Amino acid sequence: MIEVRNLWKQYGDQTVLERINLTIKEGEFCSLVGASGCGKSTFLRMLLGQERPSRGEILLDGKPLADEPDSSRGVVFQRYSVFPHLSVLDNVALGLELPRAPLLGRLLGSAKAEAREQARQLLQRVGLGHALEKYPAQLSGGMQQRLAIAQALIMKPRVLLLDEPFGALDPGIRKDMHALLRELWQETRLTVFMVTHDLNEGFSLASRVLVFDKLRVDPHEPGAYGARITYNIPLSRRREPVSLAAVVTSPGASAAALIPR
Amino acid sequence: MRLINRYPDRPSRLLLVLMPFALVLLVYFIGSADRLAENPNDKLLPSAAQMVDAVHRLAFEADKRSGDYLFWGDTLSSLQRLGMGLGIAALVGLCLGIAAGSLPLFGAPLSPLIGVLSMVPPLAILPILFIVFGLGELSKVMLIVIGVAPVLARDLEQRAREIPSELLVKAQTLGATTWTLILRVILPQLLPRLLIALRLALGSAWLFLIAAEAIASTDGLGYRIFLVRRYLAMDVILPYVAWITLLAWLMDLGLKHLTRLAFPWYEGGRA
Repeated sequence: MIEVRNLWKQYGDQTVLERINLTIKEGEFCSLVGASGCGKSTFLRMLLGQERPSRGEILLDGKPLADEPDSSRGVVFQRYSVFPHLSVLDNVALGLELPRAPLLGRLLGSAKAEAREQARQLLQRVGLGHALEKYPAQLSGGMQQRLAIAQALIMKPRVLLLDEPFGALDPGIRKDMHALLRELWQETRLTVFMVTHDLNEGFSLASRVLVFDKLRVDPHEPGAYGARITYNIPLSRRREPVSLAAVVTSPGASAAALIPR
Repeated sequence: MRLINRYPDRPSRLLLVLMPFALVLLVYFIGSADRLAENPNDKLLPSAAQMVDAVHRLAFEADKRSGDYLFWGDTLSSLQRLGMGLGIAALVGLCLGIAAGSLPLFGAPLSPLIGVLSMVPPLAILPILFIVFGLGELSKVMLIVIGVAPVLARDLEQRAREIPSELLVKAQTLGATTWTLILRVILPQLLPRLLIALRLALGSAWLFLIAAEAIASTDGLGYRIFLVRRYLAMDVILPYVAWITLLAWLMDLGLKHLTRLAFPWYEGGRA
Protein backbone atom coordinates (compact mmCIF):
# COMPACT_ATOMS: atom_id res chain seq x y z
CA MET A 1 0.00 0.00 0.00
CA ILE A 2 2.98 2.28 0.57
CA GLU A 3 5.63 1.89 -2.05
CA VAL A 4 8.93 3.72 -2.03
CA ARG A 5 10.75 3.67 -5.36
CA ASN A 6 14.43 4.49 -5.67
CA LEU A 7 14.22 7.36 -3.20
CA TRP A 8 17.12 9.81 -2.76
CA LYS A 9 17.46 12.80 -0.51
CA GLN A 10 20.29 15.28 -0.94
CA TYR A 11 20.97 18.63 0.66
CA GLY A 12 23.42 20.34 -1.67
CA ASP A 13 26.21 17.82 -2.15
CA GLN A 14 25.34 16.09 1.11
CA THR A 15 23.58 12.81 0.40
CA VAL A 16 21.37 11.77 3.28
CA LEU A 17 19.45 8.85 1.82
CA GLU A 18 20.10 6.88 -1.32
CA ARG A 19 18.37 4.15 -3.29
CA ILE A 20 15.60 3.44 -0.82
CA ASN A 21 13.17 0.84 -2.08
CA LEU A 22 10.43 -0.38 0.17
CA THR A 23 6.96 -1.85 0.07
CA ILE A 24 4.85 -1.73 3.18
CA LYS A 25 1.45 -3.37 3.42
CA GLU A 26 -1.51 -1.72 5.03
CA GLY A 27 -1.67 -2.25 8.77
CA GLU A 28 2.04 -2.73 9.36
CA PHE A 29 3.76 -1.12 12.31
CA CYS A 30 7.23 -0.17 11.12
CA SER A 31 9.84 1.14 13.46
CA LEU A 32 12.69 3.10 11.94
CA VAL A 33 15.92 2.67 13.84
CA GLY A 34 19.51 3.69 13.22
CA ALA A 35 22.26 5.96 14.41
CA SER A 36 21.68 9.70 14.83
CA GLY A 37 21.87 11.59 11.58
CA CYS A 38 21.29 8.52 9.45
CA GLY A 39 18.25 10.01 7.79
CA LYS A 40 15.41 8.14 9.46
CA SER A 41 13.68 11.34 10.52
CA THR A 42 14.25 12.76 7.03
CA PHE A 43 12.55 9.67 5.62
CA LEU A 44 9.63 10.21 8.00
CA ARG A 45 9.33 13.86 6.97
CA MET A 46 9.17 12.78 3.33
CA LEU A 47 6.41 10.32 4.18
CA LEU A 48 4.67 13.22 5.89
CA GLY A 49 5.10 15.51 2.88
CA GLN A 50 7.05 18.06 4.92
CA GLU A 51 10.05 17.48 2.67
CA ARG A 52 10.32 16.34 -0.91
CA PRO A 53 12.53 13.55 -2.20
CA SER A 54 15.41 14.68 -4.42
CA ARG A 55 14.83 11.65 -6.64
CA GLY A 56 12.37 8.81 -6.71
CA GLU A 57 8.84 8.75 -5.40
CA ILE A 58 6.59 7.54 -2.65
CA LEU A 59 3.29 6.00 -3.67
CA LEU A 60 0.26 5.62 -1.44
CA ASP A 61 -2.15 3.10 -2.99
CA GLY A 62 -0.31 3.50 -6.30
CA LYS A 63 -0.67 7.28 -6.36
CA PRO A 64 2.16 9.69 -5.58
CA LEU A 65 1.92 11.31 -2.16
CA ALA A 66 0.80 14.91 -1.99
CA ASP A 67 3.72 17.35 -1.73
CA GLU A 68 2.41 18.86 1.48
CA PRO A 69 1.03 17.46 4.71
CA ASP A 70 -2.65 16.53 4.55
CA SER A 71 -5.25 14.68 6.54
CA SER A 72 -4.36 11.25 5.09
CA ARG A 73 -1.27 11.20 7.31
CA GLY A 74 -1.35 11.88 11.02
CA VAL A 75 1.73 12.82 12.95
CA VAL A 76 3.05 12.97 16.51
CA PHE A 77 6.32 14.79 17.12
CA GLN A 78 8.54 14.54 20.14
CA ARG A 79 7.65 18.11 21.10
CA TYR A 80 5.25 20.83 19.96
CA SER A 81 2.61 18.40 18.82
CA VAL A 82 -0.34 20.04 20.53
CA PHE A 83 -1.70 23.56 20.36
CA PRO A 84 -0.91 25.46 23.57
CA HIS A 85 -3.81 27.88 23.13
CA LEU A 86 -6.55 25.25 22.97
CA SER A 87 -7.95 23.13 25.78
CA VAL A 88 -7.43 19.38 25.62
CA LEU A 89 -10.93 18.92 24.26
CA ASP A 90 -10.57 21.61 21.61
CA ASN A 91 -7.17 20.28 20.56
CA VAL A 92 -8.90 17.10 19.46
CA ALA A 93 -12.16 18.66 18.26
CA LEU A 94 -10.09 20.96 16.02
CA GLY A 95 -9.45 18.05 13.66
CA LEU A 96 -13.20 17.64 13.19
CA GLU A 97 -13.83 21.36 12.81
CA LEU A 98 -11.15 22.36 10.31
CA PRO A 99 -12.18 20.15 7.35
CA ARG A 100 -15.88 20.98 7.77
CA ALA A 101 -15.57 24.73 8.22
CA PRO A 102 -13.38 26.12 5.44
CA LEU A 103 -14.51 29.67 6.09
CA LEU A 104 -14.44 30.12 9.85
CA GLY A 105 -12.29 27.16 10.85
CA ARG A 106 -14.76 26.44 13.62
CA LEU A 107 -18.11 24.75 13.93
CA LEU A 108 -21.07 26.34 15.66
CA GLY A 109 -24.08 25.13 17.58
CA SER A 110 -25.01 21.47 17.40
CA ALA A 111 -22.25 20.57 14.96
CA LYS A 112 -19.75 21.87 17.48
CA ALA A 113 -21.35 19.93 20.32
CA GLU A 114 -21.25 16.80 18.20
CA ALA A 115 -17.56 17.25 17.37
CA ARG A 116 -16.78 17.83 21.02
CA GLU A 117 -18.70 14.71 22.02
CA GLN A 118 -16.72 12.64 19.52
CA ALA A 119 -13.49 14.17 20.79
CA ARG A 120 -14.53 13.45 24.38
CA GLN A 121 -15.03 9.77 23.63
CA LEU A 122 -11.62 9.45 22.01
CA LEU A 123 -9.95 11.33 24.87
CA GLN A 124 -11.64 8.98 27.32
CA ARG A 125 -10.16 6.10 25.35
CA VAL A 126 -6.59 7.41 25.62
CA GLY A 127 -7.01 8.14 29.33
CA LEU A 128 -7.48 11.89 29.29
CA GLY A 129 -11.16 11.95 30.22
CA HIS A 130 -10.38 13.76 33.46
CA ALA A 131 -8.45 16.62 31.85
CA LEU A 132 -10.75 17.83 29.09
CA GLU A 133 -10.75 21.49 30.07
CA LYS A 134 -7.05 21.80 30.89
CA TYR A 135 -4.51 23.48 28.68
CA PRO A 136 -1.58 21.40 27.40
CA ALA A 137 0.89 23.32 29.57
CA GLN A 138 -0.94 21.95 32.61
CA LEU A 139 -0.39 18.35 31.47
CA SER A 140 2.65 16.14 32.06
CA GLY A 141 4.81 15.11 29.12
CA GLY A 142 3.15 11.71 28.88
CA MET A 143 -0.33 13.19 28.93
CA GLN A 144 0.65 15.67 26.23
CA GLN A 145 1.73 12.80 24.01
CA ARG A 146 -1.53 10.97 24.72
CA LEU A 147 -3.29 14.10 23.62
CA ALA A 148 -1.16 14.32 20.47
CA ILE A 149 -2.00 10.73 19.61
CA ALA A 150 -5.71 11.30 20.14
CA GLN A 151 -5.48 14.43 18.02
CA ALA A 152 -3.93 12.45 15.17
CA LEU A 153 -6.35 9.53 15.49
CA ILE A 154 -9.52 11.62 15.33
CA MET A 155 -8.71 12.24 11.64
CA LYS A 156 -8.77 8.49 10.97
CA PRO A 157 -5.61 8.84 8.88
CA ARG A 158 -4.36 6.06 6.60
CA VAL A 159 -0.88 6.41 8.01
CA LEU A 160 0.30 7.46 11.47
CA LEU A 161 3.81 8.90 11.64
CA LEU A 162 5.58 9.08 14.99
CA ASP A 163 8.87 10.98 15.31
CA GLU A 164 10.50 9.77 18.51
CA PRO A 165 7.19 10.25 20.26
CA PHE A 166 8.34 8.94 23.64
CA GLY A 167 11.94 10.16 23.54
CA ALA A 168 11.41 12.77 26.24
CA LEU A 169 9.40 10.60 28.65
CA ASP A 170 10.36 8.76 31.83
CA PRO A 171 10.83 4.99 31.46
CA GLY A 172 7.71 4.16 33.48
CA ILE A 173 5.50 6.52 31.51
CA ARG A 174 7.07 5.27 28.31
CA LYS A 175 5.89 1.75 29.17
CA ASP A 176 2.32 2.98 29.63
CA MET A 177 2.52 4.77 26.32
CA HIS A 178 3.77 1.62 24.60
CA ALA A 179 0.81 -0.29 25.94
CA LEU A 180 -1.58 2.41 24.76
CA LEU A 181 -0.03 2.60 21.32
CA ARG A 182 -0.07 -1.18 20.90
CA GLU A 183 -3.74 -1.31 21.89
CA LEU A 184 -4.67 1.51 19.55
CA TRP A 185 -2.76 -0.10 16.68
CA GLN A 186 -4.50 -3.41 17.24
CA GLU A 187 -7.91 -1.74 17.40
CA THR A 188 -7.50 0.43 14.32
CA ARG A 189 -5.03 -1.60 12.24
CA LEU A 190 -3.47 1.67 11.17
CA THR A 191 -0.24 1.72 9.22
CA VAL A 192 2.32 3.18 11.59
CA PHE A 193 5.85 4.45 11.04
CA MET A 194 7.76 5.23 14.21
CA VAL A 195 11.24 6.73 14.40
CA THR A 196 12.97 5.71 17.60
CA HIS A 197 16.39 5.67 19.19
CA ASP A 198 15.38 2.92 21.54
CA LEU A 199 16.03 -0.47 19.87
CA ASN A 200 14.03 -2.28 22.50
CA GLU A 201 11.07 -0.03 21.85
CA GLY A 202 11.46 -0.55 18.12
CA PHE A 203 11.44 -4.31 18.39
CA SER A 204 8.79 -4.72 21.05
CA LEU A 205 6.15 -2.54 19.39
CA ALA A 206 6.59 -3.01 15.68
CA SER A 207 5.63 -5.65 13.20
CA ARG A 208 8.58 -4.68 11.05
CA VAL A 209 11.88 -3.01 11.91
CA LEU A 210 13.70 -0.94 9.31
CA VAL A 211 17.35 -0.30 10.11
CA PHE A 212 18.94 2.73 8.47
CA ASP A 213 22.69 2.75 8.04
CA LYS A 214 25.41 3.94 5.71
CA LEU A 215 26.87 1.03 3.79
CA ARG A 216 29.57 3.03 2.09
CA VAL A 217 31.58 5.73 3.79
CA ASP A 218 34.19 7.85 2.04
CA PRO A 219 36.42 9.17 4.82
CA HIS A 220 37.49 12.10 2.66
CA GLU A 221 33.97 13.12 1.84
CA PRO A 222 31.53 11.97 4.50
CA GLY A 223 28.58 13.45 2.65
CA ALA A 224 29.19 11.54 -0.56
CA TYR A 225 27.10 8.49 0.27
CA GLY A 226 23.75 8.36 1.98
CA ALA A 227 22.17 5.85 4.29
CA ARG A 228 20.10 2.95 3.05
CA ILE A 229 17.76 0.52 4.72
CA THR A 230 20.28 -2.15 5.62
CA TYR A 231 17.90 -4.47 7.42
CA ASN A 232 14.22 -4.95 6.86
CA ILE A 233 13.12 -7.28 9.60
CA PRO A 234 9.57 -8.60 9.62
CA LEU A 235 8.52 -9.68 13.08
CA SER A 236 5.72 -12.13 13.64
CA ARG A 237 2.82 -9.96 14.69
CA ARG A 238 2.43 -11.31 18.14
CA ARG A 239 -0.10 -9.81 20.47
CA GLU A 240 2.44 -10.04 23.27
CA PRO A 241 5.33 -7.61 23.36
CA VAL A 242 8.44 -9.04 21.75
CA SER A 243 11.62 -8.07 23.48
CA LEU A 244 14.85 -7.45 21.66
CA ALA A 245 16.45 -10.42 23.36
CA ALA A 246 13.71 -12.75 22.13
CA VAL A 247 14.20 -11.69 18.54
CA VAL A 248 17.95 -12.00 18.64
CA THR A 249 17.98 -15.37 20.36
CA SER A 250 15.14 -17.01 18.45
CA PRO A 251 16.95 -18.68 15.57
CA GLY A 252 14.11 -18.51 13.08
CA ALA A 253 13.63 -14.78 13.31
CA SER A 254 17.28 -13.85 13.29
CA ALA A 255 18.29 -16.16 10.48
CA ALA A 256 15.41 -15.32 8.20
CA ALA A 257 15.18 -11.64 8.96
CA LEU A 258 18.68 -10.31 9.33
CA ILE A 259 19.49 -10.52 5.68
CA PRO A 260 20.68 -7.30 4.15
CA ARG A 261 18.75 -6.16 1.17
CA MET B 1 24.87 37.79 53.83
CA ARG B 2 25.66 38.85 50.29
CA LEU B 3 23.53 41.58 48.86
CA ILE B 4 22.50 39.36 45.95
CA ASN B 5 20.85 36.90 48.37
CA ARG B 6 18.86 39.41 50.37
CA TYR B 7 15.19 39.90 49.62
CA PRO B 8 12.78 42.46 51.08
CA ASP B 9 9.90 40.99 53.07
CA ARG B 10 6.34 42.18 52.49
CA PRO B 11 6.13 45.30 54.66
CA SER B 12 9.60 46.50 53.74
CA ARG B 13 8.87 45.87 50.06
CA LEU B 14 5.88 48.21 50.27
CA LEU B 15 8.08 50.77 52.01
CA LEU B 16 10.74 50.42 49.32
CA VAL B 17 8.12 50.87 46.60
CA LEU B 18 6.68 54.04 48.12
CA MET B 19 9.92 55.61 49.30
CA PRO B 20 11.29 56.90 45.96
CA PHE B 21 7.92 58.48 45.10
CA ALA B 22 7.71 60.09 48.54
CA LEU B 23 11.28 61.35 48.21
CA VAL B 24 10.60 62.97 44.84
CA LEU B 25 7.47 64.67 46.17
CA LEU B 26 9.28 65.77 49.31
CA VAL B 27 12.16 67.31 47.37
CA TYR B 28 9.70 69.06 45.08
CA PHE B 29 7.55 70.56 47.81
CA ILE B 30 10.55 71.67 49.87
CA GLY B 31 11.90 73.43 46.79
CA SER B 32 8.49 74.87 46.01
CA ALA B 33 7.97 76.18 49.55
CA ASP B 34 11.45 77.64 49.48
CA ARG B 35 10.92 79.58 46.27
CA LEU B 36 7.43 80.73 47.21
CA ALA B 37 8.71 82.02 50.56
CA GLU B 38 11.14 84.18 48.67
CA ASN B 39 8.69 85.30 45.98
CA PRO B 40 4.95 84.53 46.37
CA ASN B 41 4.42 85.20 42.65
CA ASP B 42 6.97 82.60 41.56
CA LYS B 43 5.50 80.39 38.81
CA LEU B 44 8.17 77.79 38.41
CA LEU B 45 7.42 75.42 41.31
CA PRO B 46 3.76 75.90 42.26
CA SER B 47 2.51 74.64 45.61
CA ALA B 48 0.02 71.82 46.00
CA ALA B 49 -2.73 74.33 46.78
CA GLN B 50 -2.03 76.24 43.59
CA MET B 51 -2.15 73.07 41.51
CA VAL B 52 -5.36 71.85 43.16
CA ASP B 53 -6.81 75.26 42.46
CA ALA B 54 -5.80 75.10 38.78
CA VAL B 55 -7.17 71.61 38.36
CA HIS B 56 -10.40 72.61 40.05
CA ARG B 57 -10.73 75.55 37.69
CA LEU B 58 -10.17 73.39 34.61
CA ALA B 59 -11.98 70.24 35.65
CA PHE B 60 -14.97 71.41 37.68
CA GLU B 61 -15.76 74.89 36.41
CA ALA B 62 -17.13 75.50 32.95
CA ASP B 63 -14.86 77.54 30.73
CA LYS B 64 -16.18 81.11 30.58
CA ARG B 65 -15.71 81.40 26.83
CA SER B 66 -16.92 77.99 25.56
CA GLY B 67 -18.88 76.64 28.54
CA ASP B 68 -16.87 73.36 28.37
CA TYR B 69 -15.05 71.59 31.12
CA LEU B 70 -11.60 71.87 29.55
CA PHE B 71 -9.84 69.15 31.51
CA TRP B 72 -12.37 66.47 30.64
CA GLY B 73 -12.74 67.69 27.08
CA ASP B 74 -8.98 67.54 26.59
CA THR B 75 -8.82 64.08 28.11
CA LEU B 76 -11.64 62.79 25.93
CA SER B 77 -10.15 64.15 22.68
CA SER B 78 -6.71 62.81 23.47
CA LEU B 79 -7.97 59.38 24.46
CA GLN B 80 -10.10 59.21 21.33
CA ARG B 81 -7.12 59.96 19.11
CA LEU B 82 -4.90 57.59 21.02
CA GLY B 83 -7.50 54.82 20.99
CA MET B 84 -8.18 55.16 17.30
CA GLY B 85 -4.50 55.37 16.46
CA LEU B 86 -3.59 52.35 18.55
CA GLY B 87 -6.59 50.38 17.32
CA ILE B 88 -5.82 50.96 13.67
CA ALA B 89 -2.11 50.39 14.27
CA ALA B 90 -2.87 47.09 16.02
CA LEU B 91 -5.04 45.92 13.14
CA VAL B 92 -2.53 46.95 10.48
CA GLY B 93 0.40 45.57 12.45
CA LEU B 94 -1.39 42.28 13.02
CA CYS B 95 -2.29 41.82 9.36
CA LEU B 96 1.19 42.77 8.12
CA GLY B 97 2.90 40.73 10.80
CA ILE B 98 0.89 37.60 10.06
CA ALA B 99 1.29 37.97 6.30
CA ALA B 100 5.03 38.59 6.51
CA GLY B 101 5.72 36.08 9.25
CA SER B 102 3.70 33.09 8.15
CA LEU B 103 3.46 33.26 4.36
CA PRO B 104 6.95 33.11 2.82
CA LEU B 105 5.70 34.47 -0.50
CA PHE B 106 4.30 37.55 1.25
CA GLY B 107 7.21 37.83 3.63
CA ALA B 108 9.78 38.14 0.83
CA PRO B 109 8.57 41.56 -0.35
CA LEU B 110 6.96 42.75 2.92
CA SER B 111 9.63 42.00 5.45
CA PRO B 112 12.37 44.33 4.10
CA LEU B 113 9.79 47.01 3.37
CA ILE B 114 8.50 46.98 6.95
CA GLY B 115 12.06 46.99 8.20
CA VAL B 116 12.88 50.13 6.25
CA LEU B 117 9.59 51.88 6.98
CA SER B 118 9.98 51.34 10.72
CA MET B 119 13.23 53.31 10.51
CA VAL B 120 11.53 56.44 9.16
CA PRO B 121 11.29 58.88 12.09
CA PRO B 122 7.51 59.50 12.28
CA LEU B 123 7.92 63.06 13.52
CA ALA B 124 10.01 63.87 10.45
CA ILE B 125 7.05 63.09 8.21
CA LEU B 126 4.53 64.88 10.43
CA PRO B 127 4.53 67.90 8.05
CA ILE B 128 3.74 65.54 5.16
CA LEU B 129 0.82 64.17 7.15
CA PHE B 130 -0.49 67.67 7.83
CA ILE B 131 -0.17 68.52 4.13
CA VAL B 132 -1.77 65.28 2.92
CA PHE B 133 -4.43 64.73 5.57
CA GLY B 134 -5.06 68.32 6.64
CA LEU B 135 -4.89 69.68 10.16
CA GLY B 136 -7.90 67.71 11.41
CA GLU B 137 -8.17 64.55 13.46
CA LEU B 138 -7.02 62.30 10.64
CA SER B 139 -3.42 63.52 10.54
CA LYS B 140 -3.01 63.09 14.30
CA VAL B 141 -4.39 59.57 14.24
CA MET B 142 -2.25 58.77 11.20
CA LEU B 143 0.88 59.89 13.00
CA ILE B 144 0.23 57.37 15.75
CA VAL B 145 -0.60 54.67 13.21
CA ILE B 146 2.52 55.33 11.16
CA GLY B 147 4.68 55.50 14.24
CA VAL B 148 3.36 52.39 15.95
CA ALA B 149 2.18 49.99 13.23
CA PRO B 150 5.61 49.10 11.76
CA VAL B 151 6.97 48.36 15.22
CA LEU B 152 4.02 46.07 15.96
CA ALA B 153 4.30 44.44 12.54
CA ARG B 154 7.97 43.68 13.02
CA ASP B 155 7.44 42.20 16.44
CA LEU B 156 4.49 40.06 15.34
CA GLU B 157 6.32 38.91 12.22
CA GLN B 158 9.11 37.69 14.44
CA ARG B 159 6.67 35.97 16.79
CA ALA B 160 4.87 34.33 13.88
CA ARG B 161 8.18 32.92 12.68
CA GLU B 162 8.84 31.58 16.16
CA ILE B 163 5.75 29.38 16.12
CA PRO B 164 7.23 25.87 15.92
CA SER B 165 6.88 24.44 12.40
CA GLU B 166 5.65 21.23 14.00
CA LEU B 167 2.44 23.02 14.94
CA LEU B 168 1.91 24.26 11.40
CA VAL B 169 2.49 20.77 10.00
CA LYS B 170 0.21 19.30 12.61
CA ALA B 171 -2.59 21.69 11.71
CA GLN B 172 -2.24 20.71 8.06
CA THR B 173 -2.57 17.05 8.96
CA LEU B 174 -5.76 18.04 10.77
CA GLY B 175 -7.16 19.37 7.52
CA ALA B 176 -6.38 23.07 7.79
CA THR B 177 -6.15 25.31 4.75
CA THR B 178 -3.85 28.33 4.76
CA TRP B 179 -6.76 30.51 5.82
CA THR B 180 -8.06 28.31 8.64
CA LEU B 181 -4.51 27.67 9.79
CA ILE B 182 -4.01 31.40 10.22
CA LEU B 183 -7.42 31.80 11.83
CA ARG B 184 -7.23 28.94 14.31
CA VAL B 185 -3.52 28.54 15.02
CA ILE B 186 -1.44 31.61 14.16
CA LEU B 187 -3.87 34.40 15.05
CA PRO B 188 -4.81 33.08 18.50
CA GLN B 189 -1.16 32.50 19.34
CA LEU B 190 -0.21 36.03 18.27
CA LEU B 191 -3.00 37.92 20.04
CA PRO B 192 -1.35 37.85 23.48
CA ARG B 193 1.89 38.93 21.83
CA LEU B 194 0.02 41.80 20.22
CA LEU B 195 -1.17 43.02 23.61
CA ILE B 196 2.36 42.86 24.97
CA ALA B 197 3.72 44.71 21.93
CA LEU B 198 1.00 47.32 22.40
CA ARG B 199 2.04 47.84 26.00
CA LEU B 200 5.59 48.45 24.88
CA ALA B 201 4.39 50.85 22.17
CA LEU B 202 2.19 52.89 24.55
CA GLY B 203 5.02 55.26 25.39
CA SER B 204 5.78 56.17 21.79
CA ALA B 205 2.07 56.41 20.97
CA TRP B 206 1.67 59.07 23.68
CA LEU B 207 4.76 60.83 22.39
CA PHE B 208 3.31 61.06 18.88
CA LEU B 209 -0.06 62.17 20.23
CA ILE B 210 1.37 65.00 22.32
CA ALA B 211 3.63 66.08 19.46
CA ALA B 212 0.77 66.21 16.96
CA GLU B 213 -1.48 68.05 19.43
CA ALA B 214 1.24 70.51 20.28
CA ILE B 215 1.66 71.52 16.66
CA ALA B 216 -1.86 71.65 15.29
CA SER B 217 -4.91 71.22 17.47
CA THR B 218 -7.65 73.06 19.28
CA ASP B 219 -8.01 70.69 22.20
CA GLY B 220 -6.32 67.74 23.84
CA LEU B 221 -3.94 67.22 26.73
CA GLY B 222 -0.87 67.98 24.65
CA TYR B 223 -2.50 71.08 23.17
CA ARG B 224 -3.31 72.45 26.62
CA ILE B 225 0.18 71.89 27.96
CA PHE B 226 1.76 73.70 25.04
CA LEU B 227 -0.86 76.46 25.17
CA VAL B 228 -0.39 77.37 28.82
CA ARG B 229 3.38 77.11 28.42
CA ARG B 230 3.15 80.65 27.06
CA TYR B 231 2.01 81.87 30.49
CA LEU B 232 4.54 79.74 32.34
CA ALA B 233 1.51 78.05 33.94
CA MET B 234 3.35 75.27 35.72
CA ASP B 235 0.33 74.87 38.01
CA VAL B 236 -1.54 73.47 34.98
CA ILE B 237 1.32 71.73 33.21
CA LEU B 238 2.43 69.63 36.17
CA PRO B 239 -1.03 68.18 36.98
CA TYR B 240 -1.57 67.50 33.27
CA VAL B 241 1.71 65.61 33.06
CA ALA B 242 0.79 63.65 36.17
CA TRP B 243 -2.63 62.91 34.69
CA ILE B 244 -1.12 61.70 31.39
CA THR B 245 1.29 59.50 33.31
CA LEU B 246 -1.57 58.06 35.32
CA LEU B 247 -3.62 57.38 32.18
CA ALA B 248 -0.68 55.68 30.46
CA TRP B 249 0.02 53.61 33.54
CA LEU B 250 -3.62 52.55 33.82
CA MET B 251 -3.69 51.56 30.14
CA ASP B 252 -0.57 49.49 30.64
CA LEU B 253 -2.11 47.83 33.68
CA GLY B 254 -5.37 47.23 31.82
CA LEU B 255 -3.60 45.56 28.89
CA LYS B 256 -1.60 43.43 31.29
CA HIS B 257 -4.73 42.17 33.02
CA LEU B 258 -6.52 41.71 29.72
CA THR B 259 -3.66 39.47 28.53
CA ARG B 260 -3.98 37.38 31.64
CA LEU B 261 -7.77 37.18 31.53
CA ALA B 262 -8.25 36.59 27.82
CA PHE B 263 -5.30 34.25 27.28
CA PRO B 264 -4.96 32.15 30.43
CA TRP B 265 -2.93 29.59 28.49
CA TYR B 266 -0.26 32.09 27.55
CA GLU B 267 1.91 32.45 30.65
CA GLY B 268 1.78 28.75 31.44
CA GLY B 269 2.49 27.88 27.84
CA ARG B 270 5.81 29.63 27.94
CA ALA B 271 7.15 27.72 30.92
